[in-house]
Amino acid sequence: MIAADSYFLKRARRLSTGAKNLGLNDGALVSAIRAGNQDAMAQLYDRYSSVVYAVALRVLADAAAAEDILQEIFMQLWRNPGAFDASRGNLAPWLAVISRNRAVDVLRKRRPQMEITENLISVEPDFASDADRGRIAEKIRAVLKSMPAPQRSALEMAYFEGFSHSEISEKTKEPLGTIKTRIRTGLMLLRKAVEAT
Amino acid sequence: MSVHEQFAEDLALYALGALEGGDRASLEKHLEECASCRRELEQLRGDAALLALTTSGPRPPARAKSRLTDAVAKEPHFRPAQMRAPLWGVLGWLATAAMILVAFTVSKQNTHLSSTVAKLSGMLEKQKSESEQARRIAEVLHAPDATSYVIMPVSMKNMPPSGKAIYSRERSGLVFMASNLNPLPERKMYELWLIPMHGAPVPAGMFKPDAHGGAMVMNPPLPVGLEAKAFAVTIEPEQGSATPTPPIVMMGAGG
Repeated sequence: MIAADSYFLKRARRLSTGAKNLGLNDGALVSAIRAGNQDAMAQLYDRYSSVVYAVALRVLADAAAAEDILQEIFMQLWRNPGAFDASRGNLAPWLAVISRNRAVDVLRKRRPQMEITENLISVEPDFASDADRGRIAEKIRAVLKSMPAPQRSALEMAYFEGFSHSEISEKTKEPLGTIKTRIRTGLMLLRKAVEAT
Repeated sequence: MSVHEQFAEDLALYALGALEGGDRASLEKHLEECASCRRELEQLRGDAALLALTTSGPRPPARAKSRLTDAVAKEPHFRPAQMRAPLWGVLGWLATAAMILVAFTVSKQNTHLSSTVAKLSGMLEKQKSESEQARRIAEVLHAPDATSYVIMPVSMKNMPPSGKAIYSRERSGLVFMASNLNPLPERKMYELWLIPMHGAPVPAGMFKPDAHGGAMVMNPPLPVGLEAKAFAVTIEPEQGSATPTPPIVMMGAGG
């Protein structure tokens, strides 16, 4: 068995070393991480660290704190790769959501509100490549820009600043029901924009 | 839209983490009972994730990668070497099932306990990794699409080797156990192959039998979503082969 064990490490290493050439998807890389492959971990970092860091930086506006979040999230993935369920979505949005949640927790100075295993999200497009992510991001930015300012602001206050609906209502002097409607219709607009791509 | 209309707006807020108070409590109670609203919540979280993906900015500093790789190197997690194949015999499968059951139970207990002590103990981190592996094995064994492949020798000899592969396509998970394997020539290893419905056989792990002819392969790296027609075992050079080398030692289809 010892020889077989060393084989696993060699094979996992070989898989990740040639991953770009072989076009290994996120699920295969996560499988290699499950096998203890540090190179696969490095490759996933290269692929998605900019996403995780950008989200944390947007929320916190603090490079050192964003770097801490980046480190924390990838170490969690290393310790618990099974938390990512490839059958339920893509790694990019999953990591982005975790980064946002952790960053908002730090911003609001509160304990983590959600374990990474609880982050079940469903996104249809494939965000594996920079080009895909760039294309979708441009589309979403355009939709956000086309929204009425109060609607865009409500979405951003909730998502990037971690305000509750009652806090947003208080800050904007708008009724609670209006805030709820703006946020829901805003998310629906984003969904439709992606479905149309 | 199948989601209950009265919860539609609250679901959107909940997906953003912006719902509080009594509304949040009512929605969480409803979510426990409503699968369609849980599905809609997943969708809404995906919609919200689109917001996160619109962020852009400078790349993380180079030191961040060094910091991570150092931390990863200092904290190696599960290695297959930590698994030991028990003696395989008539009771081998029962022993394996018991081991997995115990490991899974321990995994669940550890998950509960780790919520209070995880940050205090490096030892616990290691155990969590092992528990995760046990959980993965249990997931494969209990996956709805888990199919067992009984692998029989192509040419019968005195004590025929046999193997059993349990494979979940959905989870890309594979547990393979073999017994009565013959000793190998020098610089050779057994190699397990996943034979897909279409296309060439895919390597699914290499192994050497222990002194009693037993061996085990757990969750080797496999392409995602591959449908298996059969599994086979061949003898290959230690560095592995791109394609199976005849003769096939064992082979079995699912059923």
